[in-house]
Amino acid sequence: MDQPDTAKVATEMVQVTIDGASVAVQKGATLLEACQQMGTEIPTLCYLETLTPVNVCRVCVVEVERNRTLVPACSRMAEDGMVVSTDSERVRHSRKMVLEFLGSSVDLSLAEDEVGDWMERYGADPARYGPVSAPAAAGERDARKPGHHHHVNGETAEGVHQPTKVDNTLYIRDYSRCILCYKCVEACGIDAQGTYAIAVAGRGFDARISTEMDLPLGDGACVFCGNCIGVCPTGALMFRSEWELRRADLWDPQAQSVTRTVCSYCGVGCNLELHTQDNRIVKVTSPQDHEVTSGHLCIKGRFGYDYVQNLGDVEQNSIDEVLQAARRRSPK
Amino acid sequence: MDLRFTDAQPTAEERRVVERATGIPDSESHDRVRTDSNLRIFRTGRRSVVNRRHLLLPALETVQSEIGWVSEGALMHICRVLSVPPAEAWGVATFYSLISVDPSPPQVWHICDDIVCRRQGALDLIDRFESGELQPPDSRWAPSPCLGQCDRTPAAYIQRAGKDDMVVVGPDTARLNGLSPDRHSPNGRPQPPPIPQFGQPHLRLLRRVGAVDPGSIDSYLAAGGYQALEAAVRMGRARVVAEVKASGLRGRGGAAFPAWIKWETVANSPEPVRYLICNADESEPGTFKDRVLMEDDPFSVVEAMTITGFAIGARRGYLYIRGEYPLATKRLSRALQEARRQGLLGEDADTGVDFDIEIRRGQGAYICGEETALMNSIEGLRGEPRNKPPFPTVSGLFGKPTVINNVETLCNVLDIVTEGGDAFAQLGTAQSTGPKLFCLSGAVKRPGVYEVEFGATLGELIDLAGGLPDGLHLRAVLLGGAAGSFVLPDLLSMPLTFEAASEAGVSLGSGVIMPFDQHTDFGDILTRIAEFFRDETCGQCVPCRVGTVRLEEALARLRRQPRPGDKDLIAEIDLAMRDASICGLGHTAAIALRSALDLGLL
Repeated sequence: MDQPDTAKVATEMVQVTIDGASVAVQKGATLLEACQQMGTEIPTLCYLETLTPVNVCRVCVVEVERNRTLVPACSRMAEDGMVVSTDSERVRHSRKMVLEFLGSSVDLSLAEDEVGDWMERYGADPARYGPVSAPAAAGERDARKPGHHHHVNGETAEGVHQPTKVDNTLYIRDYSRCILCYKCVEACGIDAQGTYAIAVAGRGFDARISTEMDLPLGDGACVFCGNCIGVCPTGALMFRSEWELRRADLWDPQAQSVTRTVCSYCGVGCNLELHTQDNRIVKVTSPQDHEVTSGHLCIKGRFGYDYVQNLGDVEQNSIDEVLQAARRRSPK
Repeated sequence: MDLRFTDAQPTAEERRVVERATGIPDSESHDRVRTDSNLRIFRTGRRSVVNRRHLLLPALETVQSEIGWVSEGALMHICRVLSVPPAEAWGVATFYSLISVDPSPPQVWHICDDIVCRRQGALDLIDRFESGELQPPDSRWAPSPCLGQCDRTPAAYIQRAGKDDMVVVGPDTARLNGLSPDRHSPNGRPQPPPIPQFGQPHLRLLRRVGAVDPGSIDSYLAAGGYQALEAAVRMGRARVVAEVKASGLRGRGGAAFPAWIKWETVANSPEPVRYLICNADESEPGTFKDRVLMEDDPFSVVEAMTITGFAIGARRGYLYIRGEYPLATKRLSRALQEARRQGLLGEDADTGVDFDIEIRRGQGAYICGEETALMNSIEGLRGEPRNKPPFPTVSGLFGKPTVINNVETLCNVLDIVTEGGDAFAQLGTAQSTGPKLFCLSGAVKRPGVYEVEFGATLGELIDLAGGLPDGLHLRAVLLGGAAGSFVLPDLLSMPLTFEAASEAGVSLGSGVIMPFDQHTDFGDILTRIAEFFRDETCGQCVPCRVGTVRLEEALARLRRQPRPGDKDLIAEIDLAMRDASICGLGHTAAIALRSALDLGLL
């Protein structure tokens, strides 16, 4: 990726100062890219190289001189002469608050590991907002009307907790874990799959990822490519197999291995990463930096692996029962 | 794009309504009925899709107003006709509080319980609705944020399926059976002039309000209408922009941004397709000046837009008006028709100015007053603000250079063109030029829109409105609306200019001046403001989506049983929202609360 390239050398460069050090980046590069070039780490949640930046999580904000507000590094273009601070008091405060806001309203227990590190680094304390409110009943959040909400008393911190949506055998949607980063919407729609089966619905704190009329996935436009799962940073979207194993307390990443292979269904050459535990495939991903897939697959590559492990023909093991449970439409 | 629709079919009436709203013949949509053979419609290229997407909100709005709600069948039909993915259309429909995706009775009463109305009869009214004492037939009701009727409280906006929406105000609101189906309240009785300053010689922006017949272009022409457009054409584009620059006109919507910078940038853009937007989504609680201009002097708005479109080289202008202003919408639509008929507007206008205007109705979303959210709303997307840069002057509506100004700002252009920018700049102060409208409501004897030159003091404005009702004295003033701040009587001598306000650390906002008396329960007012922002945030960015909730919770505790550090917590939330939110809603949501805490009002 970083090989010298004559076209690049000829590109116009802009000079920016980041935390006191000067760096030249290509015109059109974002501040995030400039920071990465310098080795300065910027936390991101809604950003992914393969998706259009939506700059909504605001955890990547940095301070740019002569800007009234902080700016999102993920999407703000570097301009010549910009003076950027990535670790100022204001930056640290906003990052802390964003992490607290998310931590106090969303279940982040399965979020990417860095989130916990950032919480520590910025001194985020989600618990100071009080205990999270009781989970909503199934479907209640999906039925909320824009412009209206119930009075609050401040005793609890309102959260997005609700029952997991389990309406098919391939993957589940646990919106208690959803930080509304829009990644799944982009992967489903404009940036990868072109299916547009999900979108953000509702407004304000009641905004949520939804199919039309909150239909079960199988009744809408979903083609079960699983690309939304591939980009979800918090475990809100998850293979049904992984979810069932976690429920049974049998999910064991230590005991898993990842095998890279090429999908055998067609000639495109998508690379697959088969995650196996106890010699069973429990999840399939694709490397994000793979030039064919950019991490995206179709239903066959993502979910069509049962033929290599027909459970009837081999010796049963401890997780088979759970994996078989995942084949049932409704969970127990 | 891969589209899949559900089997739900529209009724014949829904088909007709969608056909009318979109202008796309129903016959064209038949091939989009889902069958086994075309279960999935695949289109290459997004051109045709993008071309129709902007009709999504008008289609939803028309179905809502004609049928009373948007059924699954209607939604699917709209999606088929416009090639919009159903999930996205659902996302748009559920964004707006005036669109119902559940079966709804023919009448929906939206009763304002916002800051002014709640202290002037609205809560009692709501009690009577809640208890069933007041029960309009075939209706349901819901509380509503400010309806922009603060000079004639309490107010309600009524959606009526298949009939014109209407607004009822004052004592009429509780007199349900006094409603006539076609007229705007108050019914039948002689109406007082819409402004307290009616007939006063110094009026500029308001001079025609109450003096011309808003339904008659002849009346407008007789009052000097369209002389400004004539003068503008004579002067030529560049001169008009130069005069606006010389005038020092700054935006009246709240941000006070110099108008000429937007105009000049777009006028000089290499991009041939440009747009003008008149922001008439006046929704800041306590603001109703643009409504008065649009209701009682609609031709001025049309003429001012035409001049602006001419000056910046736009061929199309959009007037985005909040759905809760049915009378203004009706009069503006009529004004557009009249102007076209008179050859003063449209592609082949006699004036030689190739410019036309389309009205778009908002559907209940304060955030759509934010300029880029408004553009997304017109484009058929959710009304979520865009990150800036790029600014609208570079990439605005449909990605084209766009000037967006609010109604009052644009109306100033008429005098600037006829009298010259320098003469305009003589009015007011050096940095705040021209006349300014202020919306007086709350604890004053004569609430209403008042016009003064910039430089009048806060106290003078309150005096203009008759001061406080007898027996009451001033405790505090909310300046600039819900997004503004409270000030104490010690600022009564402050001139209401951008520079003086800025020096005092406050903002004029949209021109709201709302005095409160000594009996005010500020906790109640602040709670309503906190609820307002929580209800109205689009929910896109984390600081605002969660911050507005945490503010409301902290305030609830402050009023009952504060936890140690709650005040500091509010300050911390405020700082993060100001620094890290995407748009002005998040930046300003905590200002009123913090000012009230600083001033010891709570």
